Amino acid sequence: MGKFLVPLGLFVLLGVFLAIGLNRDPRYVPSPLIGKPAPEFSLPSLQDASYPVSSKELLGQPWVLNVWGTWCGGCRQEHDTLLAIARQKTVPIVGLNWKDDNSAAQDWLRQLGNPYAVVAEDREGRVAIDWGVYGAPETFLIGPDGTVLYKHIAPMTMQVWNEEFLPRIESARSAAGSRS
Amino acid sequence: MIRHFLSLALLACLVAFGGRAYGIDTEAAFDDPVLQHRYESINRELRCLVCQNQTIADSNATLAQDLRREVRDMIAAGKTDAEIREFMIERYGDFVLYRPRMTAQNFLLWAAPALLLLVGGFALFRVVRRRAQESDIEPDGPEAGQS
Repeated sequence: MGKFLVPLGLFVLLGVFLAIGLNRDPRYVPSPLIGKPAPEFSLPSLQDASYPVSSKELLGQPWVLNVWGTWCGGCRQEHDTLLAIARQKTVPIVGLNWKDDNSAAQDWLRQLGNPYAVVAEDREGRVAIDWGVYGAPETFLIGPDGTVLYKHIAPMTMQVWNEEFLPRIESARSAAGSRS
Repeated sequence: MIRHFLSLALLACLVAFGGRAYGIDTEAAFDDPVLQHRYESINRELRCLVCQNQTIADSNATLAQDLRREVRDMIAAGKTDAEIREFMIERYGDFVLYRPRMTAQNFLLWAAPALLLLVGGFALFRVVRRRAQESDIEPDGPEAGQS
C-alpha cells in the first residue's frame, strides 16, 4: 500500500501545479519596473503642445500614470471609474495618450469628461516603451520619491483601486512623512 | 491531364514558396547586409507582448513595429546586441526573450533535468541493491534477481 503513496503524491502535486498554471493569465506580464525609479519623460501636453509635461515636476507626491488611447476599448470601459477616482482627489492622475490622434483624444475628453490632471501626448510611443507598456489600459502608481510602486494591466476598477492602490498610497505617504 | 499537372505544379509552388515568411518590413532597414542580418536576428529573439506567441519579426502589431524601430535605431547608434537585449529586459522583463536566460528565479527549472536524473539514479541504485541482497538470501531460485 505504502508503495503507491509516493507516485500518487507526485501525481497530485503535478495536478496542483498544472491547475495553478491553467488559472494564471498569460497576458499578465509582471513589470520589472516595480521598485525601480520611474522612467523620466518630458512630452508635450495633449491640449497645448507648447506646454511640456515632465515627470520631474511630479516628484514629492504619489501620482498615477494611466496609459490610454481612443482606439482602446478597455480605456472606454474604465473611463467612468477614472472619473470617480479623480473626484476623490487623492492623487493626481496623469494621462499618457499612447499613439493616438490628437483631435480624437481631445474630443474623447470633452465628450466623456476629463479625469486627468494633465495628459502627455506620446505619439511616437517611445515613452510607453520606456515604461514597458504593451497593452492599454495600463495604470502605474508612482511614489513621492519617484519609485514605481505598482502596475495594473487591464481596465481600472473600483475594487483594484481600493485594494491595491489606496493602501500603497497611504503607506507611501506615511513613509514620506516620517522621513521629512 | 495537363490541368491536373498544372494545378499540382501550382500547389508545389505554393508549398515551396508560399509558406516562407519574409520579413514583415516592406523594405530592408539597413543597406549594410551585416547590420541587416543583426537587425533580423535580434527581432527573431524578441517576443511581441501583445501577440505573445510571435516574435516582433513575425508580428505587425503596433507595438512590434515600435520595438523594431527601437532595435533599428539602437543598431544605428552603435549599440551591441547585448545592450539591445538588456534595454528590452529592463522594460519588459525576461519574458521578452524567446530564449530564456538562467536566473535565480528559474534556476530550479534549468536544474530540474539533472536533479530528476540524480533522484532516478539514486532510486534505481537502491532498488538494484535491495534485489541483490534479496537474491543473496535466496540464492537457489532460478529467477532470483530477475523478478
